[in-house]
Amino acid sequence: MTVFVIRRFLQSIAVLCVTAVIVFIGIYAIGDPAEMLISPDASPAERAQVVASLGLDKPLWEQFFTFAWNALHGDLGRSFVFNRPSIALIFERLPATLELTLTGLVFALVLGIPLGLVSGLKPNSATDEVIMTGSILGFSLPSFWQGMMLIMIFSVWLGWLPSTGRGQMGEFLGIRSSLFTLDGLTHLILPAINLSLFKLSLVIRLTRTGVRETMPLDFVKFARAKGISERRIVFVHVFKNILIPLITVIGLELGSMLAFAVVTETIFAWPGIGKLLIDSIMRLDRPVVVAYLLVIVSLFIFINFVVDVLYSLVDPRVRLGGAQ
Amino acid sequence: MTPVLEVKNLSTHFMTRRGVLRAVDDVSFTVGPREIVGLVGESGSGKSITGFSILGLVDPPGRVVGGQILFNGEDLLTKSPTAMRAIRGKRIAMIFQDPMMTLNPVLSVATQMIETVQAHDRVSRAEARARSRDALGLVGIPSPEERLDSYPHQFSGGMRQRVAIAIALLHRPDLIIADEPTTALDVTIQSQILFEIKRLAAEFGMALIWISHDLGVVAALADRIMVMYAGRIVEAGQVDGVLTAPRHPYTSGLLSAVPAAVPRGEPLRPIPGFAPSPLSRPSGCAFRDRCARATDVCATEPMLEIAAGREFRCFHPHLWSAA
Repeated sequence: MTVFVIRRFLQSIAVLCVTAVIVFIGIYAIGDPAEMLISPDASPAERAQVVASLGLDKPLWEQFFTFAWNALHGDLGRSFVFNRPSIALIFERLPATLELTLTGLVFALVLGIPLGLVSGLKPNSATDEVIMTGSILGFSLPSFWQGMMLIMIFSVWLGWLPSTGRGQMGEFLGIRSSLFTLDGLTHLILPAINLSLFKLSLVIRLTRTGVRETMPLDFVKFARAKGISERRIVFVHVFKNILIPLITVIGLELGSMLAFAVVTETIFAWPGIGKLLIDSIMRLDRPVVVAYLLVIVSLFIFINFVVDVLYSLVDPRVRLGGAQ
Repeated sequence: MTPVLEVKNLSTHFMTRRGVLRAVDDVSFTVGPREIVGLVGESGSGKSITGFSILGLVDPPGRVVGGQILFNGEDLLTKSPTAMRAIRGKRIAMIFQDPMMTLNPVLSVATQMIETVQAHDRVSRAEARARSRDALGLVGIPSPEERLDSYPHQFSGGMRQRVAIAIALLHRPDLIIADEPTTALDVTIQSQILFEIKRLAAEFGMALIWISHDLGVVAALADRIMVMYAGRIVEAGQVDGVLTAPRHPYTSGLLSAVPAAVPRGEPLRPIPGFAPSPLSRPSGCAFRDRCARATDVCATEPMLEIAAGREFRCFHPHLWSAA
């Protein structure tokens, strides 16, 4: 296990380095932030001075190594726009996005797994058809449209839930979050549902497929021949086998949920990092974009690591090494 | 002596889209206490489905459509699902063909054994564990206490089958149905397992139905043999009698296709043709298209003839001199 962790850690560093290079070159290619930052009527002298102060006059490789050197010292640069450390900007906004994504994920799992089980245990029944049709809608309706419909129905027509912002925040164990006040929760419901609908459909389908694939296997029949109750067969024998693919996909999807919360955050004016990213790209605020991508890559790496650990907890074949 | 199991006119059909598949068709037999019965036939002859029918484990679209299964005098077909669950694993146990598939890969052997004990008896986990350990020891698994905490993938095929047998033995059932339990194993392991099961069945006085396509295995193990063809039992009797003097042409056909049973130098004679599709089984004797002795009369259903402890369904049985 220790060897595994060390190897994984070294791999992660390599991934981070490669991402840093690609992202840096990519953002360099998009455009010159000087055009955005300096007013058109500035004199050439003023212009040159600003460009020099931002280090934009140096060649690409030199800019990169300055960045890399500073990054090693924990400094990912200052935002051109806000003139504040970019990493601080990101960590200010990150909790809101995490709160949204995690709530969405919990929603997708808590609803998706039972629905998938029901569907998989009674394939081709009326219930199954309804659930499957619903999941097709979840898959195929574009996220932004779903979001607008949710606002239309629950905020505009019914007036039950607020449509924008994060609402009041409460504090619990030193963590500030909308989860801890009623007002915050009402603000959270719609965006969380919007973000989770796609994942919900995915979880339903994965669970259903898992059940359909596992139920006909010999060990299920053998468990029946042992006199084990149907309930235990489903919730222990079958479910533990389904968990393996479920954890893999959920791990990957959690990363993409974090990274692509952008759409939901834009629709519901949720003050998360997705919105920050869009704004920064528009203004060519290079340090923020680079720092954002590095943070997201780190999160991906971390989530994948957690997935691997969970994997070995669920699957003894992984934990104990090779099959005979 | 009252039989442990008495199957009367059992029919199990599969309602498929292409028609009714008569997997088991009017099958009757009995298994006495401590008796080992071999149920022999080729793939698709309905022998496994017969086993699953007894346990009430036929998966849809299959269904037992008729007959009686009397287990110690009680008809299993009239039992509620709950009552059947209480019998499965407790009084009738089953061992499956492929030991690589019968154990759940993500649960430890201990979990899979303890749940079997606790499914039927209200005992503490510690006691269930002790019983599981003893059962593992009984089937010849070395250091059973440590092996309990292993997972199936840490066992070889033969050892997994021993674990499956240990699970079947946990409640000392009256009857064990073994569905080709040695087919997937190496020949050397096969004979070990065979020997173990025979020993344990005798030790605990259990009756055994041994489903197999291997006549050699059944000859070494069983008291009585039943030969199944196309969903029906075509011949049944004491092992020695059936194997040395088969009455049904299908049985003799099977025997002359077994390498060990044919004298050295003589060619093996495979039975010509294929078993009929269970969807379009010919009327009358299902074997008549492949049978050298068939005549026009075989187009009608042969009745079950009982002669000198032997049952067979054939109009033209082999005749053997009384010697």
